[in-house]
Amino acid sequence: MGSDEFLFLLTGLKWTVALSAVGFLGGGIAGLAVALARTSELPLLERVTAGYIALFQGTPLLMQLFVVYYGLALIGLRLDAWVAVSIGFTLHASAYLGEIWRGSIEAVPKGQTEAAKALSLNYVSRMKDVVLPQAIRISLPATIGFLVQLIKGTSLAAIVGFTELTRAGNIISNQIFAPLLVFGIVGILYFIMCWPLSLYGARLERQFAATTR
Amino acid sequence: MNYKLDFTPVLDGLPSLLAACLGTFALALGGMALAIVIGIGGVMLRDSRIAPVRWFIKSFVEVIRNTPFLVQIYFIYFALPLAGLRLDPTPTAIIALGINGGAYAIEIIRGGVQSISRGQIEAGLALGLHKTQVFRLIVLKPALRAIFPSLTSQFVLLTLTTSIASAISAYELTSVAQQIETSSFRSFEVYGVVTVFYLVISWLMMRGFGLISTRYFSYPVK
Repeated sequence: MGSDEFLFLLTGLKWTVALSAVGFLGGGIAGLAVALARTSELPLLERVTAGYIALFQGTPLLMQLFVVYYGLALIGLRLDAWVAVSIGFTLHASAYLGEIWRGSIEAVPKGQTEAAKALSLNYVSRMKDVVLPQAIRISLPATIGFLVQLIKGTSLAAIVGFTELTRAGNIISNQIFAPLLVFGIVGILYFIMCWPLSLYGARLERQFAATTR
Repeated sequence: MNYKLDFTPVLDGLPSLLAACLGTFALALGGMALAIVIGIGGVMLRDSRIAPVRWFIKSFVEVIRNTPFLVQIYFIYFALPLAGLRLDPTPTAIIALGINGGAYAIEIIRGGVQSISRGQIEAGLALGLHKTQVFRLIVLKPALRAIFPSLTSQFVLLTLTTSIASAISAYELTSVAQQIETSSFRSFEVYGVVTVFYLVISWLMMRGFGLISTRYFSYPVK
């Protein structure tokens, strides 16, 4: 494995990071909307978003990517692979983050909302100033845990032909016939990305458990 | 928007898709069984007196949980023949799924074992219960009850993960769907229908686990 091959892997790594970032940020914005809809106390809205979440949590990510990828082509959108997989991961992340944040919003003591209502704060202020700041703290460990899942999940973009880290590994491995060496290095690169996040998430969780005791 | 949906190839492929569900179940069950074995063995070895053993188990858990399953299955697919094991894609996929699920199972089972307090065991012995009774009634059942929700949701995830085994062309739902897609070019229809298949599979699993849970674990805990 020469420096050219390794540089090609690093280019793949760059796309893995980009795809994870886009999915996490896009999914974060949409996921907040999903979480607010899930806790809106409007039956129709709650049921629709519950179905949306169930659909994404009950099917393989690979299928989600396929359906989005070919579905976009179907409605006549000529998108390149990068845009199509970005949309796929954004939708996937929005459902998972929506569910995580719903749980966090519901974990904020009910008295907080009641007190805010008693102070005649409107919905926006109630959420923005009272509930969400507390919910964000509660949700941090699970949110970081999901980010790790998402980074690992982006490897599936390789199967729909997008050249991120895993597909770059596939290409190099076929070139130099050293699958164990190449996938070993690819695995180490993922580990370097994910492990610090996992440790940070676990530490936050311990801290949180200690403060709520 | 002048595209006409055509489900004919999917309908023609329905028998083979239904048969492929059995392949998915086989992978899932094989993976789960291996995951439980690795999980229980790993928990026992995790607190071994021999430091390298402890270190190995902990590293194993961290490495598996922080790398993608797709990379793991590729690695195992190429590593097994070098270790002298010439296996078909399907058993290879079961091994990969078992190893992946095993790392998660170790963490889950460890949490369950830790949730049993020493005092309970001592109280059981003081009441004159036999050692095996203590294990069955005071250790095993409450521990199982404690880990049941997280263990079963991990199993549902494992079942969805089986679709990635199509990358090494193991026999399951996704790889059969890909075959139908390649021959018919009706990508959206094929994958849309198969997505519903998976939704039904995971819903059935959750229902099944839920029934077991209410049957065996729905007694009040003070």
